[in-house]
Amino acid sequence: MSNPVLLALQNVRHSATAPASPEAHAIAHLFWWMLAVGGAIWLLVAATAIRSAFARRGAPGDDGLMRVSAETHTRLQRVVIGATVVTGVILMSFIVFDFSVGRALAAFPAQSLTVDVTGHQWWWQIEYEDPNPSLSVTTANEIHVPVGEPVQFKLASHDVIHSFWVPNMNGKRDLIPGYRSSIWFRADTPGVYRGQCAEFCGLQHAHMAFLVVAQPRAEFTRWLLQQRTSGATPVDSLAVAGQQVFMSGSCALCHTIGGTPAHGTVGPDLTHLASRLELAAGTAPNTRGYLGGWILNPQSMKPRTLMPPNPLQPRQLQALLAYLETLK
Amino acid sequence: MRASPRSRRFIVAGGLATSLLLATACEREQRRFADAPPSSAPSAFTTASALQPGPTYIASAVADPYESNAYAASTGQQLFASMNCSGCHSNGGGGMGPALMDDNWIYGSDPDQVFASIAEGRPNGMPAWKYRLNNQQIWELVTYVRSLSGLIPKGARPSRSDHMVVASPPSQTPNSKPKNSGVPPASKAP
Amino acid sequence: MSAEHSGEHDALIPAPQPPLPARATLPDDLLASEHEHLDALWSDGRGFWAWVTTVNHKSIAKRYIVTAFLMFIAGGLEAGAMRLQLSHPDAGVMGPDRYNQIFTTHGTTMMFLFAVPMMTAMGLYFVPLLVGARNVAFPRLNAFGYWCYLVGVVFLYVSLALNMAPDAGWFSYVPLSGPQYSPGHRIDVWAQLVTFTEIAGLIGAINIIATTFKLRAPGMSLNRIPIFVWSELVVSFMIVFALPAVALGSTFMLGMDRTVSTQFFNPAEGGDALLWQHIFWFFGHPEVYIIFLPGMGMITEIVEVFSRRRVFGYTAIVLANITTGFFAFGLWVHHMFATPIPELGQSLFTAASMVIAIPTAVQIFCWIATLWTGRPRFTTALLFILGFFFTFINGGITGVMLASVAFDKQVHDTFFVVAHLHYVLLGGAVTPLFAAFYFWFPKVTGRMLSERLGKWNFWLFIIGVNVTFFPMHLLGLDGMPRRVYTYLRETGWGPLNALVSAGAVIIVTSVIVFLVNVAISYRRGALAGDNPWGSYGLEWATASPPANYNFLYPVVVRSRHPLWETAVELPVLTGLSTERREVLVTTTVDARPDHRHDDPTASIWPLALALCMAVLWIGSIFSPYVVLWALLISTPVLIMWSRQAMRVTTTERVQRPNGEMVEMAQA
Repeated sequence: MSNPVLLALQNVRHSATAPASPEAHAIAHLFWWMLAVGGAIWLLVAATAIRSAFARRGAPGDDGLMRVSAETHTRLQRVVIGATVVTGVILMSFIVFDFSVGRALAAFPAQSLTVDVTGHQWWWQIEYEDPNPSLSVTTANEIHVPVGEPVQFKLASHDVIHSFWVPNMNGKRDLIPGYRSSIWFRADTPGVYRGQCAEFCGLQHAHMAFLVVAQPRAEFTRWLLQQRTSGATPVDSLAVAGQQVFMSGSCALCHTIGGTPAHGTVGPDLTHLASRLELAAGTAPNTRGYLGGWILNPQSMKPRTLMPPNPLQPRQLQALLAYLETLK
Repeated sequence: MRASPRSRRFIVAGGLATSLLLATACEREQRRFADAPPSSAPSAFTTASALQPGPTYIASAVADPYESNAYAASTGQQLFASMNCSGCHSNGGGGMGPALMDDNWIYGSDPDQVFASIAEGRPNGMPAWKYRLNNQQIWELVTYVRSLSGLIPKGARPSRSDHMVVASPPSQTPNSKPKNSGVPPASKAP
Repeated sequence: MSAEHSGEHDALIPAPQPPLPARATLPDDLLASEHEHLDALWSDGRGFWAWVTTVNHKSIAKRYIVTAFLMFIAGGLEAGAMRLQLSHPDAGVMGPDRYNQIFTTHGTTMMFLFAVPMMTAMGLYFVPLLVGARNVAFPRLNAFGYWCYLVGVVFLYVSLALNMAPDAGWFSYVPLSGPQYSPGHRIDVWAQLVTFTEIAGLIGAINIIATTFKLRAPGMSLNRIPIFVWSELVVSFMIVFALPAVALGSTFMLGMDRTVSTQFFNPAEGGDALLWQHIFWFFGHPEVYIIFLPGMGMITEIVEVFSRRRVFGYTAIVLANITTGFFAFGLWVHHMFATPIPELGQSLFTAASMVIAIPTAVQIFCWIATLWTGRPRFTTALLFILGFFFTFINGGITGVMLASVAFDKQVHDTFFVVAHLHYVLLGGAVTPLFAAFYFWFPKVTGRMLSERLGKWNFWLFIIGVNVTFFPMHLLGLDGMPRRVYTYLRETGWGPLNALVSAGAVIIVTSVIVFLVNVAISYRRGALAGDNPWGSYGLEWATASPPANYNFLYPVVVRSRHPLWETAVELPVLTGLSTERREVLVTTTVDARPDHRHDDPTASIWPLALALCMAVLWIGSIFSPYVVLWALLISTPVLIMWSRQAMRVTTTERVQRPNGEMVEMAQA
């Protein structure tokens, strides 16, 4: 993969322990603290239990059973009660710590950007809201955010329960039909972060990922402006032929390309397909080869996905690919 | 703990019954993708009318490969919604287009006849879908459309959907014998 | 023995005579003939007919245990298939459809068909023996419960073979499991199976509660019953409160949504998708404590015996059991922290989920105190207990971490949770179960399991569990969600997954070693005798395996550890009939003898009713009218069962105080 942004994707650990936002940092701190304390408790109790099997503190009585003196018994009582109290105190501290982190995470700051995320089986519909409806942007499976600014995500589901999760950025939130939920985060480090659906949603739950691209404000604005444009009219003859293939085949029934007669809403919006890093909700990189394979037979990459196979003639496929590559 | 001769016979009989059951694995539950359904083009004998001259009635041999497949019926329901069939047929009740859930089939209710209606289109506004949908998708639609009036086995019919209730779900639709399809009363099947 | 009028309690107070020992000093021939007579009286016959009509709690419980262990193996094979598929990226062993069925069947089998039935079965076998009873309180109902469970087992596995196994996860969230997104009958199989097995669970629970409260040996007051019996009692009450929720949700609400178009979970018509989660987890959380508390009871018994001392803090442990049972009902929303439930409400469940660790910790500290001041004998059973400490506490710590809302939102529905749940289930339930097998196998079969193979079993199991499930914590933190049939190479999850799959092989080997041990020892193990471990419970005061009647005479109990109090002779109560099956019913709190009760003989009607229930639950998937037909055929079966139960078997001529002679039915 020669794409430098994709290389950036590979260099990031998409892990809850590699936070790139203050929210994920707060959770990671909570985790390390609980891990340290919990780990110490585990070591202590397990070691004591195993050690206890080798201790020989009691003495046998006449009946062969072990007995302890009254004072040992009292001492044991005190130790057990003390250990229980200490356990209770530690748990209270966990509760308080968690509650304070939770309150901080729940407080939505004033944000500049709101993104509507609708989960489908098995892709993500992304819309950037704007007070002027003609300036709103619809895309799929890839979210760009400006670095350093909090972004709110309004979550809804088109069909079954999905879950929106970017480990580097924040915890997850379920997308439940009939409910509107929201989550927010502020990306502090530029980069490409991977998110994935985290609630079992059917046959291709495993292939329902998305990307969050955090860019400096200027680059983000440039991207957003580009996304607002309709698809440019192709000039190359092969691309023109490709557009014909798109419109005359079954593609336009399900997909939208802005500025053309294709207004399908069943599948992802393809107006700026060529600007995306990955295909099919993170299943494959967006290269000519993968795109061709996907169009010809999506079932081989993502069995039972809703997109049917499209047996095209080689010439038709090449033309279509040439056209789709113009959709930047 | 050796089994007595009587119990051994029970065990053998039970085993045979189970193997028979396993051999007929449930068609209803199959989930298929990228199928090549048989005879995608309507056969030469698919007609738009059930009336044929002569004493005997020649039935088309093309059957719906998904007739007892619940998953296909459900996919057909999904296609019905996403291809906007409701725009003319309104969830089966009809509007600009004829009702699909009643017993009146203008061009026939046999699977191949319904396939032809969808793929080839029909006069007065039914588009020809064969250039847009592949054969598997059209067969799935055929299965769903026929389920609207209860013409497919009960186990395969879709149950209620997660939308507002607009019609009785196909699984609870009583079977309605099509009025003008199939063998006409006066003819004899060969 | 003078003729006793029913209701005259005086006749049952032991006559002032030297107490007769349970076994020894009667002349051998008299004892032998009493034994043979009583054994024949309590036997249900031989052959196939006896096998399907028996009401002997030990036969039924053994069947339960064997079936549940087969389910453990089946669930393990499914897990093996899953691990094979996940061992490297895009492995291609199976497609998404088959994988979804396999992981759902794995979870459903382990939770509904292995864990709860196994724990109930251990109770049904051992609770009567531990409290000194001859049978459970409702023997025919016990048989009915087993047949219902067996129908459930067969139903699920036939469905799996027919490509009809459920495929939406063991907790089947709507709308995915609803009528639109799960066409066909797969989820209907799941819904009805759940109800079936919950009926069996409820019946087991009712039996255990009634047996524990009313059939205890005289003198075994509530503060003297063994802790394993306490844990089974608490769990039985939990079952009674929790299982109806899932039966309601699965069969009635989800099943009806799918078959007769009710709208419980349809948001467009006023239903609610989140309602399913509440109803399911209201059952689901107590369910895991139902699985785990009997394990704790088993640990207490084994720790006592193998440290050669009475447990430290009996009262504390009993109260901890009861407290855990109560608290377990207040935790369920911690499975739903990622949903849009108001945050203050979620925090309440955080607090409850953390606080429930306290009674568990109390039990652990008491066991450590017992071991510390005892003289441990390192039998395989005790080794498994030590393995429990190592494994379960890990799961407990990750559980406390998951109780925190903020952290849970990162790792909910990832392999971190899979790691946690397997650590607590394998560490907290299966490990004590293996220990209990090694401890009680001699009692059930009369032979000892091999200690050498047992140690291999133990080490392979502990190493296997940790190699398999520890890396899953890291995978979950690194972003790997649950229930994915494959993953891309670029995610970097390949190496850890390969390690996990290798660990699974070790676990499989451990279970094979156990099965080999059982197979060899069943025929050729060392003979055990009555009390090979020198234990204290009443079950060790009778033969190994126990005779059909359990105890020749009811033992009079004077302490918590009967066999450790009396050096040679156990006081017993005479007077129970040797011509009819009689059990002694005692009072609830103090276990003073109250009256004698006729115990049922073998009957075919439990099996017949279970088959009618099978028709009802399975047939109703295909047509609602089957419900009417099934009720129609169940009615004569119920009538026949009641007639058999109410049949008066013997009468006697009794003289009333006014001199009148009357014919009276035996009480």
